[in-house]
Amino acid sequence: MTAIYKKEIKGYLTSMIGYVFIFFILLLEGIYFTAYNIQGAYPVFGNTLSAITFLFLILIPVLTMKTLAEERRQKTDQMLFTSPVSVENIVLGKYLALVTVYMIPVFVICFYPLIMSKYGTVSYAMAYTAILGFAFMGFAELSIGVFISSLTENPVIAAVVGFLVLFVCFMSEGIGSLVAETSVTSLAIYMVMVAAAAYLIYYMIKNVLIPLIIGLAGEIVLVVLYIVDSTRFEGSFQDFLTIFDITSHFDNFTNGILDIQGLIYFLSIIVIFLFLTIQSIKKRRWS
Amino acid sequence: MIEVKNLVKKYGDHLAVDHLSFHVEKGQIYGFLGPNGAGKSTTMNIMTGYIASTDGEVIINGHNILEEPEEAKKCIGYLPEQPPLYFDMTVKEYLKFAAELKKVPRDRRENQIKDVMKMVGITNMQERLIKNLSKGYRQRVGLAQAILGYPEIIILDEPTVGLDPKQIIEIRELIRKLAKNHTIILSSHILSEVSEVCDYILIINNGKLVASDTTDNLEKMTMGSNTLELSVKGDRERLKNILDQMEEIREVEWVKSEEQDLVSLKITTDENTDVREKIFYKMAEKQMPIMDMHSTRISLEDIFLELTDSAKKTAGSKKRKLRFAWDKKEEEQEAAAVQETDAEGYEQETDPDAHEQETDTEGRRQETDTEGRGQEDEKDDSNL
Repeated sequence: MTAIYKKEIKGYLTSMIGYVFIFFILLLEGIYFTAYNIQGAYPVFGNTLSAITFLFLILIPVLTMKTLAEERRQKTDQMLFTSPVSVENIVLGKYLALVTVYMIPVFVICFYPLIMSKYGTVSYAMAYTAILGFAFMGFAELSIGVFISSLTENPVIAAVVGFLVLFVCFMSEGIGSLVAETSVTSLAIYMVMVAAAAYLIYYMIKNVLIPLIIGLAGEIVLVVLYIVDSTRFEGSFQDFLTIFDITSHFDNFTNGILDIQGLIYFLSIIVIFLFLTIQSIKKRRWS
Repeated sequence: MIEVKNLVKKYGDHLAVDHLSFHVEKGQIYGFLGPNGAGKSTTMNIMTGYIASTDGEVIINGHNILEEPEEAKKCIGYLPEQPPLYFDMTVKEYLKFAAELKKVPRDRRENQIKDVMKMVGITNMQERLIKNLSKGYRQRVGLAQAILGYPEIIILDEPTVGLDPKQIIEIRELIRKLAKNHTIILSSHILSEVSEVCDYILIINNGKLVASDTTDNLEKMTMGSNTLELSVKGDRERLKNILDQMEEIREVEWVKSEEQDLVSLKITTDENTDVREKIFYKMAEKQMPIMDMHSTRISLEDIFLELTDSAKKTAGSKKRKLRFAWDKKEEEQEAAAVQETDAEGYEQETDPDAHEQETDTEGRRQETDTEGRGQEDEKDDSNL
């Protein structure tokens, strides 16, 4: 694992990609910091951080696109996967290297509240809680990027798909607001989703009966639930969408709240996507 | 040391490896031989744990590659078909990474990298970026990577591809040197290479093992017989009677002749028996003029072509394969069968199978001839 970790770090820091990533985060954060906190004399550092979260839509896919896709394209994965290192450790090594590179701008950002304290009183607890949330949000998005990179052998495709996925997550609140919050619309959307899931299962296992049963059962359960208590469906689709809204889980940190739920959310995203990455690599060996 | 049992690999409906079984003993050089797309690389990829097999198992030093991958992979150094190189690293950086990846103890790393670089002759390239190296040097760096950690088994997939003749000889020497302490498996579609370096040859075609024996045995098999090609003017039945009386002849294969009232045939005899003189006198006695007679020797090349060709044609395969199983009984039966089928074909003068065989082998031979010449040219160039 350490061999891969070292190699990856070296790879990011001897090529443009790591520096571009660090540069843009620090550049934009610097601009907002100057405008809000220094010139505007605004004491809450969290808002400055949440202002640049949109940057991750581009920077995270660019940083993560090569991690696994490039190995596959250059066939260097043959060396990795025939070495006495487990797939888990390979993925973990790569992920930790990404985390380390990301920690460099975060570490620099840690000095900003200290600069602010020169000009007035700053709540360090609030500021550093925000930075903690900012760090974890980045970790979570990095794990999504790693997973997408494991799906393809073309880094450009990995970057584009990564951008789209993060973009949809970013916009999920907006998407939710497009849909009426009535219980009927929620029901209709869920029914369409169950049908889509059933079709997906059919597509994967090429068997009509099982997805048909699952689909029908799902639809019936939905309808029964609706008849029993239709008020539960009110606005539930919007609630459902917050699962995908990664940045919204950062909001509490912005306001200086140490949001345990948010931390658990980020950690579970990391675990799920790293697990999926390992599985997608292992699965490919069988096909 | 390596036990491969009933290996099957399917890509969709395509069977890339078809119930392959063999085992590899310690301290020998094994050669995987087969035409392009025979399943050599797939088999090697399965043996090294890069891909999983659909069925069957690979056991390396008692460790199943799927169940105990780390233990098994520790025993293997692998050079895939395309050397797995990071182009933006220098040679030394790359080898350092490889040594670390293979868990070479820290205190031994530096020395081992030096030794390996010396072995494959890249010491003066160590500070160069891999992307600036030529194909031959890249191949050597890949080889160095496989040797690092001195694993018990070294698997090389077409190790000499892209090297110039001088480098090929160097690499062969290196492989022989390595074989003193390691078990080596290499694959190639070039027969001369395999027969020169390897102690044991496994011929694979269409994912199946068509022959496996020591190089010496395979060669003996070919040396063990002489073949005489003959064209005689006259009646076929009469000729058959004469030949039947000759005990030295082990097999007669009738070939369709292009000219009328000319009989063409191939005669196989034991080694060290020359029947040419005897045939000449017999034919003269019976007033059957010999229009053409020359002896041919089956080379390893022919075996390879024949084995790989025969497996393609499943119908005709038995007939050809049996020629290598020198079992007398089978041979006699087979000879009889051949004679029967050919007798029919001769009368009708339409034996598509026989015709196909002829053109096939002829075409192949021409191909190999030109290839051989090409290599010679290359050698000449390098000498200049």
